[in-house]
Amino acid sequence: MISRRQILKTAGSAALGAAGGMAFSGMAARAAETAVLPFANGERPLVQYPGKRPLICQTARPPQLETPFSVFNEGIITPNDAFFVRYHLANIPLDIDPAAYRIEVKGVVEKVLSLSLDELKAMHDPVEIVAVHQCSGNSRGFFEPRMGGGQSGNGAMGNARWKGVPLKAVLDKAGVKSGATHVSFNGLDEPALPETPDFVKALEIDHARDGEVMIAFAMNGEDLPWLNGFPVRLVVPGWYGTYWVKHLTEITVLDKPLDSFWMKTAYRIPDNDCNCTEPGKPADTTVPINRFKVRSFITSVTDGGKVDADAPLKLRGIAFDGGSGIKEVSVSSDGGKTWQPTTLSEDLGKYSFREWTATVKIAKGEHELKVRATANDGTTQPEEQPWNPSGYMRNVIETTKVVAA
Amino acid sequence: MKPVSAKILLVTAAMLGGGYALADTLSYELPDETAEFKPGPGVELAQANCVACHSADYINTQPPKKGHDFWEAEVKKMKNTYGAPIDDADIKGIADYLSATY
Repeated sequence: MISRRQILKTAGSAALGAAGGMAFSGMAARAAETAVLPFANGERPLVQYPGKRPLICQTARPPQLETPFSVFNEGIITPNDAFFVRYHLANIPLDIDPAAYRIEVKGVVEKVLSLSLDELKAMHDPVEIVAVHQCSGNSRGFFEPRMGGGQSGNGAMGNARWKGVPLKAVLDKAGVKSGATHVSFNGLDEPALPETPDFVKALEIDHARDGEVMIAFAMNGEDLPWLNGFPVRLVVPGWYGTYWVKHLTEITVLDKPLDSFWMKTAYRIPDNDCNCTEPGKPADTTVPINRFKVRSFITSVTDGGKVDADAPLKLRGIAFDGGSGIKEVSVSSDGGKTWQPTTLSEDLGKYSFREWTATVKIAKGEHELKVRATANDGTTQPEEQPWNPSGYMRNVIETTKVVAA
Repeated sequence: MKPVSAKILLVTAAMLGGGYALADTLSYELPDETAEFKPGPGVELAQANCVACHSADYINTQPPKKGHDFWEAEVKKMKNTYGAPIDDADIKGIADYLSATY
């Protein structure tokens, strides 16, 4: 009789070998701990799911798991076992036969396709892209006034090397007919009740055919983790995670916008320059959420941390935007009064986290460290966070308080 | 005993870049759900109406003291948007419990 603990251990060893030295140590000891996100009612259990290290459990059913922020200081690529998880509907797939798995391509096409995984992989040389995946509501818990919804800290994001087949190749094989305007995507996850709207998302046809949107079958050199969409998911570089449909099974070319709750009502942002409203007020008009706003974080020092006074303090962190790439990152050690440039590390592509490093020197006492990124498209981060009813797209200049002694 | 060893072999084969020739269904086992509703008057209404679609932590993690209007709007959204079979007569009771307890 093999116990479940042993199975997990065995599966972990297999993953360890494939990943070439990913750390699984200490996971049993940490599993019973809790994490405290720095906002009211922010206590969460750390729970270990198969294939994952202990993660911040926002919700169990459907699973919503947040990456502990310390992971972002481990490296520029977020390990698969630490990558965040976000489902919408409780009936997530728990049994998948890869040999029987099919992706249907239908709608306004010349030829309906039903692709096996092997057929998908054989269709086109695999392409790779390093891209940030980020939940629309990442950091929602920090908005004031607070709003309902998943109360994430800053860990509903991650950066991975995705490998797959361009969606364009699949659409070209099916032959998109004239008059096509949108493409919708559905996966294996389903609602608990038939009355609940199924989670289906859509992109405009030109976006779907841009050659970058990908049907990914691998992440960081391994199969996709189960909870990140095994065996295939959509990857929409630079766009919020709501479009990155997991366990992808249906691609439908449409001749009009998708009439679905998840496009027409949910995941909408105010249609104005700041994508914001007066706090507490609804938006007059909205549009579907789309590209990431530029963000940056300090990862090497935690809020409330103690550092040496009057000695060189090495800082590092990450920055990213919606695909123009990071132009520069500045840090401040005096609460934003003065700023100094940082050094950008290796460029893994315009959709990736970009590491930055800097050295500052601070005197004894309490200090506010701040970091601010500017993207190649000229956008930068606001000093005050604009508010929106759903708590999406947070990208304020982050502040990390430290005590130097 | 479940035939797990074959599944682990298949996962390993897939990770090593093999095809999907071995016909077998892979399974995933979720950890047990542990979150419970906070005790309070009317908790049985929440237990009866909310957990068909989501675990109690969907409620437990919400910002504190959001008030009756917030919670009543949430209950109505569950019924009207997500199709939860909540009796109209129970909406106020569920919102009373949630606003008093959270």
